[in-house]
Amino acid sequence: MNREAQLEAIFGAFRGTEGPLLPILHEVQHTFGCVDPAAEATIAHELNLSRAEVHGVVSFYHDFSATSDPRPCIELCRAEACQARGVEALVPAAEQAAGTRVKLKTVYCLGLCSVGPAARVGERVHARLDSAALIKLVHSV
Amino acid sequence: MTTVRISDDAVALACGADDVATAFVAAGASVERVSSWGMHWLEPLVEIDGIGFGPASAADVEAILAGSSDKRIGPIAEHPFIVRQQRLTFARAGKTRPLSLDDYVATGGWAGLTRARSLAPQVLIEEVTGSGLRGRGGAGFPAGIKWQTVANAAGARKYVVCNADEGDSGTFADRMLMEGDPFQLIEGMAIAAHAVGAGRGYIYVRSEYPHAIAKLNTAIKLATVQIAPFEIEVRVGAGAYVCGEETSLLNSIEGKRGEVRAKPPLPAIEGLFGCPTVVNNVLTFAAIPHILIEGGAALYDSHGVARSKGTMPVQLAGNIRHGGLYETAFGITLNELVHDIGGGTASGRPVKAVQVGGPLGAYIHPGRFDIPFDYEAYTVADALIGHGGIVVFDDSADMGHMARFAMQFCAAESCGKCTPCRIGSVRGVELIDRIRGQGSAAPDAVSRLPQMHNAAKQAPTREAELQLLEDLCETMKFGSLCALGGFTPYPVLSALKHWPEDFA
Repeated sequence: MNREAQLEAIFGAFRGTEGPLLPILHEVQHTFGCVDPAAEATIAHELNLSRAEVHGVVSFYHDFSATSDPRPCIELCRAEACQARGVEALVPAAEQAAGTRVKLKTVYCLGLCSVGPAARVGERVHARLDSAALIKLVHSV
Repeated sequence: MTTVRISDDAVALACGADDVATAFVAAGASVERVSSWGMHWLEPLVEIDGIGFGPASAADVEAILAGSSDKRIGPIAEHPFIVRQQRLTFARAGKTRPLSLDDYVATGGWAGLTRARSLAPQVLIEEVTGSGLRGRGGAGFPAGIKWQTVANAAGARKYVVCNADEGDSGTFADRMLMEGDPFQLIEGMAIAAHAVGAGRGYIYVRSEYPHAIAKLNTAIKLATVQIAPFEIEVRVGAGAYVCGEETSLLNSIEGKRGEVRAKPPLPAIEGLFGCPTVVNNVLTFAAIPHILIEGGAALYDSHGVARSKGTMPVQLAGNIRHGGLYETAFGITLNELVHDIGGGTASGRPVKAVQVGGPLGAYIHPGRFDIPFDYEAYTVADALIGHGGIVVFDDSADMGHMARFAMQFCAAESCGKCTPCRIGSVRGVELIDRIRGQGSAAPDAVSRLPQMHNAAKQAPTREAELQLLEDLCETMKFGSLCALGGFTPYPVLSALKHWPEDFA
């Protein structure tokens, strides 16, 4: 299926939805790995919005990106509760292990605050991480 | 065949519950996936005939089945952590399968909705008001009064919106409830819809909670008939902390930038798509079915103290030995929560501080651990209960760094609509860096020019910088549109007040 057809399929799934922009952006991000300027223009046309309006929304939320990043991604929680459980001490070694191959992304809270430090890879969550476990996780993705 | 009960809550999964479950199946046992009891230091917790074993790993399976495991903790329901609680909202925690309608009905499910629908909306709202239930999201606004406003408002359409954007670090009660007892939330929303005359509801869940999103979507499908004609849809957030603020949450559902709206108009009058809207937190809606059963409102009102009625699911998090969910009546002290129940720090070092109420909550010094858990008592103490999360720090914590982090977090998550928050937080980071001796405020070449009469000719003193930080915090507190900018001064000023040595 080409890009236009994929976008059309996404739009079709949300016709009749109230306030469809965020669900559409999630689908586009999921399908293409990003919401690039061309997709913004198509979405704007579909929803009868200006491109600026769509771009404003895309750039506001952390979940949407303008360019795709094919690297595997580990989302590491660095909020207060995980800081209290020592996540900051794990970061330098994890960054070194990740290098440029793995994206180590900071998130604020995965809701695992009693068993941190915590991380998420896609739908899988990991807790009680120490340095060795986090480095192992980095190597495993 | 032995039936083994293991939680499928995200905490249990993150601690390896799936591997344990697989090992039990391989050993010939039948495995039932239930909600979590909330004793997180024991996850994955395995239950066989009421007896608990934890924290279990796949390697323990053989010994557990043989009855020789040293992970045995005895009867779970009689565990001191459970016995001392007063579980109303989390009455089903650990006991039922989250997506089993049979389990839900067998434990009193839909009784609240059935009774609510037999009542006139006005009577229903009066019962909620009479129960003393206050919004559990943080602001503590009386739920019944909000519902009354929506019921009275004129509008062709009305909405019920559940705020499940639980972004505060140290909080996970919403997540546990959505994953462990989703029907209770759905029932609470359906009762609210009947009370105010709404036809449609949204649950706005943060994207960091994939398990909760999946459970809710399934639960809503299963409950379609029970809640009809009311309809609920899950909306997934996109990583913006500020969308936990109700007006920015509404903008986000509408497909706009998650910018805060000026109030008035209140969402109860002009909310989602300009229509009257009830916006309540997950825990507020989840408390409703219990309140609506016969005599429930009076029972709820009999718990708690003064104007803080009912129970609060307190979340024990951070550097704490016995972390997890502790639902109790208001009035409990931090000493009891942190030391008696939580068992002190996980690291074994002395407690230095606790932060109550998420990233915008004050850091409380152990010298003040005697204040009762009560909305008004916390306000008097310049602190807030927020969503009931308690994050414990041991003596290795650098409170100057935590104050800087609060400003940094505010700068990263500010929606940008109001100046005190957008710019004040950036200036706050710079200022705290200067106070902590990183970065200099020495006058630059332009400031030193003779014609710059009013520019300072030397670097400000430390006292002047501290005064400036307090002024900045005051501007943010009283000048910001919402709680993000308005409450960031709480952690900053409380850290500065109680641990000035960490700002040297």
